[in-house]
Amino acid sequence: MVEIGHFALILALALSFVQSLVPLYGAHKGDARLMAIGGPVAVTGFALILLSFVVLMIAYAVSDFSLANVWENSHSLKPMLYKITGVWGNHEGSMLLWVLILTFFGALVAAFGGNLPATLRANVLAVQGWIGTAFLLFILITSNPFARLSPAPIEGRDLNPILQDIGLAIHPPLLYLGYVGFSVCFSFAVAALIEGRIDAAWARWVRPWTLAAWVFLTGGIAMGSYWAYYELGWGGFWFWDPVENASFMPWLAGTALLHSAIVMEKRSALKIWTLLLAILTFSLSLLGTFLVRSGVLTSVHAFASDPSRGVFILCILTLFIGGSLALFALRASSLSAGGIFHPISREGALVLNNLFLTTATATVLIGTLYPLLVEGLFGEKISVGEPFFNLTFGPLMIPLLAVVPFGPLLAWKRGDLAAVAQRLMFAFGGALLVALVTGFFIDGASVFAALGAGLAAWLVLGALTDLALKSGIGNVAPRIALRRFIGLPRSVFGTALAHLGLGLTLAGIVGVVSFQSEAILVMKPGQVLQIGGHDLRFDGLRPVRGPNYTEDQGHFSLLGVAGQPIGELFSSKRFYPVRQMPTTEAGIRTMGFSQLYVSLGDETADGSVVVRVWWKPLVTLIWGGALVMMVGGFVSLLDRRLRVGAPTRRKTIEAKPVAVAQ
Amino acid sequence: MTRKQKRLSVIAGALAFLGAATALTFYALGQKASYFYMPADLQAAVLQPGQRIRLGGLVAAGSIVRGQGTEVAFGVTDSDKTIEVRYTGILPDLFREGQGVITEGSFGPDGTFVADSVLAKHDETYMPKEVADSLKEKGVWQEEATQ
Repeated sequence: MVEIGHFALILALALSFVQSLVPLYGAHKGDARLMAIGGPVAVTGFALILLSFVVLMIAYAVSDFSLANVWENSHSLKPMLYKITGVWGNHEGSMLLWVLILTFFGALVAAFGGNLPATLRANVLAVQGWIGTAFLLFILITSNPFARLSPAPIEGRDLNPILQDIGLAIHPPLLYLGYVGFSVCFSFAVAALIEGRIDAAWARWVRPWTLAAWVFLTGGIAMGSYWAYYELGWGGFWFWDPVENASFMPWLAGTALLHSAIVMEKRSALKIWTLLLAILTFSLSLLGTFLVRSGVLTSVHAFASDPSRGVFILCILTLFIGGSLALFALRASSLSAGGIFHPISREGALVLNNLFLTTATATVLIGTLYPLLVEGLFGEKISVGEPFFNLTFGPLMIPLLAVVPFGPLLAWKRGDLAAVAQRLMFAFGGALLVALVTGFFIDGASVFAALGAGLAAWLVLGALTDLALKSGIGNVAPRIALRRFIGLPRSVFGTALAHLGLGLTLAGIVGVVSFQSEAILVMKPGQVLQIGGHDLRFDGLRPVRGPNYTEDQGHFSLLGVAGQPIGELFSSKRFYPVRQMPTTEAGIRTMGFSQLYVSLGDETADGSVVVRVWWKPLVTLIWGGALVMMVGGFVSLLDRRLRVGAPTRRKTIEAKPVAVAQ
Repeated sequence: MTRKQKRLSVIAGALAFLGAATALTFYALGQKASYFYMPADLQAAVLQPGQRIRLGGLVAAGSIVRGQGTEVAFGVTDSDKTIEVRYTGILPDLFREGQGVITEGSFGPDGTFVADSVLAKHDETYMPKEVADSLKEKGVWQEEATQ
């Protein structure tokens, strides 16, 4: 049974070789039959890897400990959900998921790319084939999930308890859909370089893939952030940790790509730059995979990792990044450059966005890799953390966020800044009001808090103003405005929602950073703590037995004005006997957009316990905002203009949008 | 302005922006990066009063002393030297004697190290990389020993 999965994987590697070479040769010779091989091969390759993935999943579900991978990461008593998610809760399985998603995207290009020119489609599939071949070789040579153990152990070593959480079911698949989704943009870019031809239609084909990958990556990062927030018991939502930065860099570059592709599609400008960004975004995804998998950097999220595998990924990394950039250097000059334009215009604003986002990406990259460089050159060990990023990333974001509302309101070609400023008067007034109210009426507010709150309001109101102006609210009769509002292109809604989500996330960050309150104390049963305007009573510890752990559950009551309990909250210290490992399960109660967060420490001799409690105002907006951004991206995907099957306006071929295919 | 002058001013603006960002980045790297030391390295190190560093090593056996409420003191050792660390708050789940830890903070006037964060890892076999490298150099710890 298990061997079927193993053979399927080897067969997929063989097909991947075919996919890498045959369509490419066909495109070179102009042979339609050779080019046409790419599609079926890509789909079959995906089916084979899916088979192999399902086989591994079944091995986990039935606890087949004759597989080394299952033995190391599973246990027969583990709940079924964690047996399934445990498939990608380890190095081998997560790499298999990586390749599964890669071939999934390849198969999607094959299935929905019918409208692409045959040579472009063949070349794109070939480049996807190269990536697939490299990673399948990596899996089969260094990290085979199907390696057998003989004799088979009776019981497994269990999954790291930190990973036994619903977060593992959602975070890695979403993150990988994002990371690997950018491989399609990369393949399109390399294919364009091979052909030496690029035009506005290219941007129209690439944009939906970028958007889809971006939506998933946004979700993956937000989910990872929330997971770390509730699981680690430290109450932080972002640590500027290398592993987090590894996922954040492709997001920043991908966001830049999303915006520059608009300019390319609409105005045929920034072609070469967009191509470069497509290459860089996926390169950063590869770099992220390398950083996470090799463990070269100390990270709070890193799990046991194997440096020898790192060398292999480093080779893949060098080959793909070096190769594509070399190809870019050779070919870019032969591509036709785009037009130039006036700085005060929609495209000018988008260039400004790109300038800021790529600089921000570079800062994060430098901060992440600098410790490696210093250690390599001088042998000194240093760490670059939050203070560095606050000083560099922060100042870059403030001006960028301040100009966001201007972008969508500026006209293409030549915009009128004064007129746009005038239209944004309401939003500006509202933002100023929010900043002043925050600064003067909330205790303990700093200049930063007032500025941040104002900026968040500016983003939200700016996005709403954009929608209001485009549907003519205030200028035309309400009925007509409503009809216009409904008739607005989906991409306009998408833009407004994404920018609004950004404002919400910022509001959440400002709320937590500036207004959270924290208490660390020893609580006796019956003791009441006042925090953030709430009364929290500790009711005592109770032992609880879970399926594969035991825990001391701390009971807390939230008290009303009269001292009566109005809600309960549980926070526990868990112990997993198989791994001899304790974990903290934070108790969280959501009130409005804010949360009360309780983390348990050690028990003292007299039955009292060390407790750390936070009141986190508006904290849920951080992830809520990301969700709104995702919805914005998704709505944008539904725009008629972006459908893969409608590359030109002249053609009216019916085709499904990419989003539906997900 | 002519077209050429306009283009030049746009390019000059972008370059000035990139220059400022680069300068800021390198300033921040100089100011905000914190150095990592093992206890024995500290004799040779020149530290400003109050300078933030990362101190790593193993939690010394029998050194954990709980004080009032949430205060705790413990020794961080590399088997040559032991530095006393004080910390207020909740220790990580995997904090225990013999475990590799990284603490971040600065030296107080009395010569003890006051940490504001203590990192032990999610994985029970994990050793922070800096700590593992330094201990391997000294021959105190081998990779296999913790497996």
